Amino acid sequence: MLTIDCPHCGPRPETEFGYGGQAHVAYPEDPSALTDEEWAGYLFYRDNPRGEFAERWVHSAGCRKWFNAVRDTRTYRISATYTSAGPVPAGIVRPRTDVPHPVSKGA
Amino acid sequence: MNPCSTTRKGPDAMAETATFTRAQVLAHRRSPAQHLAAEMDRGSGAAVALREVPFLTQTALRAIPDGPAGRALESALGVVLPRRCGEVAKGPDGLEVLWLAPDEFLAVAPDEADSGILATEYADRLAESLGTHRGQVVDVSANRATLELSGPRARSVLDKSVRIDLHPRVFPVGQALVTPLGATPAILWRTGETTWQVLVRSSFATHVTRWLLDGMREYLC
Amino acid sequence: MTSTGPQPHRLETGGVIDRSRPVDFLVEGAAVSGYAGDTIASALLAGGRRRVGDSIYLSRPRGIVAAGVEEPNALVRIRGECDESMLPATTVEAADGLDVSLLSGIGVLDQRQDPAEYDTMNVHTDVAVIGAGPAGLAAAREAAATGARVTVFEQDFELGGSMLADPTQHIEGVPAREWVEVVRAELEAAPEVTVLARTTVFGSYDGNYLIALEKRGDQFGAPARPGVSRQRVWHVNAARVVLATGAMERTVVFADSDRPGVMLASAVHTYLGRYAVLPGQAVVVFTTNDSAYPVAHALVAAGAAVTVVDARERSVSSPARDAAVAAGLSVRPGSAVVGVDGDAGEAVEAAWVAPIDAAGTPGDAERVSADLVAVSGGWSPTLHLHSQRQGSVHWDDQLAGFVPTGPVGGQFLAGSVAGAYWTEGCLEQGRRAGRRAAAETGHGPAYEAETAHEQPGQSERAARAGTTRQLWIVPGRAEGYARHLVDLQRDQTAADLLRATGAGMRSVEHIKRYTSIGTGADQGKLSGVTTIGILTAALADQVPAAEGSPLTPGDIGTTTFRAPFTPVAFGALAGRCRGDLFDAARTTPAHSWHVEHGAVFEDVGQWKRPRYYPQEGEDMDAAVTRECRAAREGVAFLDATTLGKIEVRGADAPEFLNRIYTNGYLKLAVGKGRYGVMCTPDGMVFDDGVSLRLAPDRYFMTATTGNAAKVLDWLEEWSQTEWPDLDVTFTSVTEQWATTAVVGPRSREVIARLAPDLDVSKEGFGFMEFRDTVLASGIPARICRITFSGELAYEVNVATWYGLKVWEDIAEAGADLDITPYGTEAMHVLRAEKAYPIVGQDTDGTVTPQDLGMDWIVSTTKEFIGKRSYSRRALTEGVRKHLVSVLPVDTSLRLPEGAQLVEPDALGDYTGQSLPVRPIPMLGHVTSSYHSQALGRGFGLALVSDGRNRIGETVLASFGGRFAEVLIDEPVLYDKEGARRDG
Repeated sequence: MLTIDCPHCGPRPETEFGYGGQAHVAYPEDPSALTDEEWAGYLFYRDNPRGEFAERWVHSAGCRKWFNAVRDTRTYRISATYTSAGPVPAGIVRPRTDVPHPVSKGA
Repeated sequence: MNPCSTTRKGPDAMAETATFTRAQVLAHRRSPAQHLAAEMDRGSGAAVALREVPFLTQTALRAIPDGPAGRALESALGVVLPRRCGEVAKGPDGLEVLWLAPDEFLAVAPDEADSGILATEYADRLAESLGTHRGQVVDVSANRATLELSGPRARSVLDKSVRIDLHPRVFPVGQALVTPLGATPAILWRTGETTWQVLVRSSFATHVTRWLLDGMREYLC
Repeated sequence: MTSTGPQPHRLETGGVIDRSRPVDFLVEGAAVSGYAGDTIASALLAGGRRRVGDSIYLSRPRGIVAAGVEEPNALVRIRGECDESMLPATTVEAADGLDVSLLSGIGVLDQRQDPAEYDTMNVHTDVAVIGAGPAGLAAAREAAATGARVTVFEQDFELGGSMLADPTQHIEGVPAREWVEVVRAELEAAPEVTVLARTTVFGSYDGNYLIALEKRGDQFGAPARPGVSRQRVWHVNAARVVLATGAMERTVVFADSDRPGVMLASAVHTYLGRYAVLPGQAVVVFTTNDSAYPVAHALVAAGAAVTVVDARERSVSSPARDAAVAAGLSVRPGSAVVGVDGDAGEAVEAAWVAPIDAAGTPGDAERVSADLVAVSGGWSPTLHLHSQRQGSVHWDDQLAGFVPTGPVGGQFLAGSVAGAYWTEGCLEQGRRAGRRAAAETGHGPAYEAETAHEQPGQSERAARAGTTRQLWIVPGRAEGYARHLVDLQRDQTAADLLRATGAGMRSVEHIKRYTSIGTGADQGKLSGVTTIGILTAALADQVPAAEGSPLTPGDIGTTTFRAPFTPVAFGALAGRCRGDLFDAARTTPAHSWHVEHGAVFEDVGQWKRPRYYPQEGEDMDAAVTRECRAAREGVAFLDATTLGKIEVRGADAPEFLNRIYTNGYLKLAVGKGRYGVMCTPDGMVFDDGVSLRLAPDRYFMTATTGNAAKVLDWLEEWSQTEWPDLDVTFTSVTEQWATTAVVGPRSREVIARLAPDLDVSKEGFGFMEFRDTVLASGIPARICRITFSGELAYEVNVATWYGLKVWEDIAEAGADLDITPYGTEAMHVLRAEKAYPIVGQDTDGTVTPQDLGMDWIVSTTKEFIGKRSYSRRALTEGVRKHLVSVLPVDTSLRLPEGAQLVEPDALGDYTGQSLPVRPIPMLGHVTSSYHSQALGRGFGLALVSDGRNRIGETVLASFGGRFAEVLIDEPVLYDKEGARRDG
């Protein structure tokens, strides 16, 4: 059982939280301007790194706020949590903001 | 939308001219755990007791405390909104405001039948104070049931179903937290050294009452 | 009370048993006697019983091997109101009246309902100490002294661990057992300390989350008090954990080493010291290390004749051996037991002892009379809980065991789990761990950062442990290894192991699964390291060793340790979640009315909803037909309180809804409602419902019963994470409002009576409008004209606590019109006749609004979530499935929901029996299916490939080995013009 430090409520058991996938993946400003491949990149493609990963969590059984957490995918250790509005901790790679994810990433 | 004295008109048999006092209308209310009062009585003892605190006026507030809506609400409520998780602010006339989220609060006040202030009117008045500022006020008095668990073993009964730490070092008197109670979303409010209020949504009242009573059995003899 | 059964092997004095409290119970129908403090195993041994249940597959005679949880043989069933099987006799406390059966390796699940209670308790603690031997007790005492919250878990019913076996030990100047009592009293007096005996930590998870099973009170009789659970599962949140789980002894495998009378040396010590039972008079102690020498001395002191067979050559230095020789014990160094002979009862009567060379090959064997062979093949730290947390372990060649390399984060290792095999070392490690664990939680003096290895070092550990010969298996006097049992629970031999390596397997994980070694109820506690040791020998030239050194068990590695450490009953895991409390059932205010009126309920999510209300003699079909007729021809009412309800407010609320729903909300007038569909970004239907515009900046949104929470979360997610600048807020009011749908051509009359202030005329109260009003009872209400059946219909919303009153008032207001309560089944029929889809039934996350034939609800002008996906090639090209209706040619047939639809000529020679030879292409499947009262026939909705272009075609439905012809038709079957909604 992970203990997750909600930025608003403090440490709470993992069972109070919901998972929201990779963080810092913005909804495209103008979806209609995207090619099918670019739109599919937004819809279906996410990073899957070995190591630290910035991801979205929601304190669904508490304050119901979405926030971001940096979790090591090898150890499950969460090194930082931060609000969506707050500053991004140093060293966090923002995968992209408005540039769609390349479908063939890594290929 | 408010129960009030009205004169009925119309052709139908049921709709003959009738006038109701506010008390007559409020007498139709049934609280979510009312049908379990005798069960609760039988299942309570010196070590731990359970009862329902019915018909509390509850008002959902959405506002950022330091913004214009928050200030407007503070002024209308006569209370400074809590700023931290777990905090409960005390206001006039038995009003208490629970922190649920950075921009969400629950104002709890006495039963409208006792205070004379209708829950809907109270909510409407607060909503008006928001003006055009970003925020929300909704009467949710019937949305949740309030169960009160008390006695030296109350904490043990809660520890059977609540994962968070209830030790007084961590959960002092006066604190209220949103956390699941078993499989049910709940607000847990420590109102005294050995007294806890458990606020659950109305539909869960029967289940949670029976669940708590079941957990109390071992402390009754 | 007097003890009735003879106890020939019980010593006159000693033991941690209460001789003033004899207990008598039955084993296989025969009386067995013992004392409080005995286990079933110790009482059996006291009574002279050597043989227990035979082995599971090979039916080999077996005896008690161990004195704890690692016991593989002595498994018992205890009879009771619900029998419990597979309990090691070494862990069950002897109690009056037990009715015990010996098992042959396998239990029987009692099919009766278990009347016992089980529950769960959550606990937060600063320091969790696992194990109450010398290390654990020392740790707990130090941590408790700081005022920290401390919880001690001990699986045994006595505290003391290894100290229980040896009455000669002294600690801090007092006898060990006295010391244990002093510490126990101290701990129990401390307000923030909990000591849980009979409590096994069986799982260790991230964040120092532990799960433990406590056996409370009488395990096999009536509970002490009602409500007291028989077993309790503890969920432990520990800031710090001290693992003081000790070590387990292992055996050496030799021919027939599974015979009754071959026991672990440490177990013999425990039976002697703790239970005052002498299991044999002529004892061969066979050891690879020093730890068996105190056992030999204890046996001699108890009057046994002892021969020590020490596998280590004479040249290996051993102070313990030298002392034994000096004390006059018979010691045979450089030797091994190569086999045992059985007596008439199959138990050991002699051991064959032979010198062995450096390779372990025995010379000529000599027969030594013995009724007990006490074996020590070395020690293995009990690192299961450490390994469950992915704690690293390595092979320590000096200690001859896998030891933890270092603690996992937030944990401490103390005592023999860390390889400290001497009591003073355990105590010292425990004290340090307790102080540091408490300090790290802010209690007691702060500890300076110490070096990682300030634990008593490797050299001291090794020196204290002495030298262990890594001898895993001894060849017998005859060829082969078919009588060398490695895993006693699985009846697997060394020959089986060699078969696995001979088949080319190298990985211990593969070999485990090939042989099943380590997969029994004991999970290989006794056999695990021995198996790895034997593999080390078998694979010596086939697996690469580190840096050219000889292969060690470390190169083979261990299998993965998983929870639970010891078996846990499902009943305990279920806890109080059974029967009526199985799940949190949600009820509406009118629930009691539904019950009184005979409703049959169905679970919709957690809600209990009336499915139908059968009258005397009615089955479901008859009741549903009657309820449908009332809704179509008269008036009926439905409890719709379960609908999700959300208040939405803000200057940007219209814009927000415009983005969430596929259709437009900007122009919806105040006082009116609109049906909407919301989709996920991939364009698939997510939910639907009606939203009312209460004010320019306020909406009242409804969501489907099952999706209410998800929809609120969805709104919050988009508001918080993507469009925080939009001024909009949400509050769930699902249970603020009780909702009753009043449906049917005569519903207008009922509403007129209920709400006399309301102009209910067709002109005065239009479709998709709502009114706030006061009912005849004085209760304020919001009434909407919404239909989910196509009929004239109203929804009456009142505050939940008026829900029952208003439901009853509606029943009364419509009594003369024969108003009929209807349930979800009739509701489904009525809406399916109109092809109103149910999200989650007719959709499954792969269905677009267009697939449902609802292009009309998808805006082509505004932007909304999902829109971009409708122009993806994946959706525009190729064939989609469409929602259509399906009419069985046999009009009396009701298709099963989920039935597959195929082309009539697609079957080939497939008859419906077993599986087709080739896959048959499916066209789609039936999503909803009912009998329609209005149509007088069975009908269904189906998602069919290119369905709208197949209308008029006949296809085959396949279900349960049958086929039926069905006609594909337009989705809407009833009132196609929509003439009925205005009454």
